[in-house]
Amino acid sequence: MSAEEQRDEQRTERAAGIVAHEDGAALDPEVRARLERDAKEIIARYPKPRSALLPMLHLVQSEVGYVSEAGIQFCADMLGITPAQVTGVATFYTQYKREPVGEYHVGVCINTLCAIMGGDQIWEELSEHVGVGHDEATPDGKISLERLECNAACDFAPVMMVNWEFFDDMTPEKAKQLVDDLRAGKPVAPTRGPSSVCSWKQASRVLAGFNDGRAGEGVQAGPESLRGLELAKREGWTAPEPEETTK
Amino acid sequence: MTTTLTPILTKTWDQADSFTLRGYENAGGYQAFRTALGMNPDDIIQAVKDSGLRGRGGAGFPTGLKWGFIPQGDGKPHYLVVNADESEPGTCKDIPLMMANPHVLVEGIIISAFAIRANHAFIYVRGEVLHVIRRLQQAVADAYEAGYLGTNILGSGFDLELVVHSGAGAYICGEETALLDSLEGYRGQPRLKPPFPAVAGLYGGPTVINNVESIASVPGIIANGADWFASMGTEKSKGFGIFSLSGHVTRPGQYEAPLGITLRELLDMAGGVRNGHRLKFWTPGGSSTPLFTDEHLDVPLDFESVGAAGSMLGTRALQIFDETTCVVRAVLRWSEFYAHESCGKCTPCREGTYWYKQMLKRLEKGEGSEKDLDTLLDLSDNILGRSFCALGDGATSPVTSSIQYFRDEYIKHFEQGGCPFDRAASTAWAGGK
Ligand SMILES: Cc1cc2nc3c(=O)[nH]c(=O)nc-3n(C[C@H](O)[C@H](O)[C@H](O)COP(=O)(O)O)c2cc1C
Ligand code: SF4
Ligand code: FES
Repeated sequence: MSAEEQRDEQRTERAAGIVAHEDGAALDPEVRARLERDAKEIIARYPKPRSALLPMLHLVQSEVGYVSEAGIQFCADMLGITPAQVTGVATFYTQYKREPVGEYHVGVCINTLCAIMGGDQIWEELSEHVGVGHDEATPDGKISLERLECNAACDFAPVMMVNWEFFDDMTPEKAKQLVDDLRAGKPVAPTRGPSSVCSWKQASRVLAGFNDGRAGEGVQAGPESLRGLELAKREGWTAPEPEETTK
Repeated sequence: MTTTLTPILTKTWDQADSFTLRGYENAGGYQAFRTALGMNPDDIIQAVKDSGLRGRGGAGFPTGLKWGFIPQGDGKPHYLVVNADESEPGTCKDIPLMMANPHVLVEGIIISAFAIRANHAFIYVRGEVLHVIRRLQQAVADAYEAGYLGTNILGSGFDLELVVHSGAGAYICGEETALLDSLEGYRGQPRLKPPFPAVAGLYGGPTVINNVESIASVPGIIANGADWFASMGTEKSKGFGIFSLSGHVTRPGQYEAPLGITLRELLDMAGGVRNGHRLKFWTPGGSSTPLFTDEHLDVPLDFESVGAAGSMLGTRALQIFDETTCVVRAVLRWSEFYAHESCGKCTPCREGTYWYKQMLKRLEKGEGSEKDLDTLLDLSDNILGRSFCALGDGATSPVTSSIQYFRDEYIKHFEQGGCPFDRAASTAWAGGK
């Protein structure tokens, strides 16, 4: 079976609930109390409580690391819906994981443009280097890998993401070095993002809508984003003045 | 006359503090909404109509007209939802916009919500862009702090709550009604239209859904006038837009220009196709828009001209591929994407994209015959126009256009029993030689 077929197979099985991660573990009471407090805050943001479900699933991942059975039960309890309804939603979206991912979840964009610009080669070399495939984690729980679809950064191709931070203009060598550094606990900074990569759980908390106060870090724009503006400045090109058009 | 760039939304992106409240205000930001709050909301809708602004999220529907569909005085809560899902392959303009200047979006939201009489607005942003989400969260928090959001904004009596809502990885949630289901806490699957969201949208209430760039264009229209906006672009495709060049081009990136600029002009600005190579095929507006070739270098990139030439302007996502690229490989990968992202609600798309994937895999390996191309076209006929939403239609674009322009290349795969291309030659590190 090719990696691609295996991926499809896993997806189908998981969607069918055949290989949900084995976890009977109930939520630790302290964790549950924290979750409840935060979930109430999320619910209060919306005109209707059920809108809170997506952020709450991110919240569960910020505590548990993935969407566990207990996490599903928790969301169901808070929103007064059934666990099956929560599961139906959780399995629809690729960012919700039904098994633990690594502390650093590393994605390689393999959509057409990045793939052709070298993303396929990056994926092959990286996957072999780390020794895991799509949606798998290393035994030490440090790194997991995912084949990503277009991440809206095509002008920076080939693109990688670590815990949803941008790593632009990648090569196979840079990709392997990046993962080695993450495993060695060395500080790693995204190309466009904060001054260091946070953990998967911390990232999930931001996705749940809790500002971590790091918006001010990092560049405002990458070099590619500025190409048109810089050319316009060099050439003296500007938009028309409002007066010119209203006379 | 040759077209030149018109930095408007991108104008401040080279300022280190462009994303902060202070940076935005120093550059003249948060003035237009003061003007707007003193206007009659209907006059704002009229100004947006007069400007000729058409949706920047792909379909190009006139924005002011859409706002005009919201029933007024109906006593129901109205909603404004910004579509920041940006997941169409090749599309990469809203993400840098929100990273570099989230406040122009917030200001656009205040004006737009005021115009349609909405007191609740949402930014539905894809979940895979953490730092952009931080920037949005901070911008919204700072706007509340400054009194630009919340109750009785600047003493105008207008109230607006704005929530940043992160998605969770699903391309289909960019489709506006799937987005609404997702925002309501369900699986993101499209709804039957009609009723259109303007009548029954979020929570069943009248709802406007607009793309990030559409809403971000509104402060400029209010500040500089509808005529100013309409002075750019073409007769039916007015104004400016961000054109995103990616792939085998010397200087890929974001180029903000009037609609109607051509790829030849843009490529000139971007240093041309990478050194020593030539253009083979490109997408004018993302992977869901039929491919163009070097025959189309002079097609004005506006809604009408691109349509007349057999494709769609879409999101101005210009993915450039040179002669080292195997078109069959490219189309297979896009088809795998559509198969993966198909929400499964309707049969033509769910099954059709699956069959695309299976067939193209065989064809790429050279295990096929010319007859398979007819089967692919036949299959495309059964998807296009028969799918529940535009995702299915979009999935047929790369398949049918590639067969139209590159039939010989498919046949070469069968003749050789495999792909005639060297993948290494297409990579960014192949050196452009
Ligand atoms: C599969 C699919 C994905 C879409 N993704 C997006 C998207 O990411 N962003 C967007 O603004 N519009 C997207 N659209 C278009 C929206 O349905 C809608 O037309 C648009 O948000 C309206 O805003 P506008 O009029 O300002 O362009 C998508 C449509 C489809 C069918
Ligand atoms: S066309 Fe595809 S994505 Fe759209 S409703 Fe049908 S199955 Fe879902
Ligand atoms: S194709 Fe990789 S970011 Fe768009």
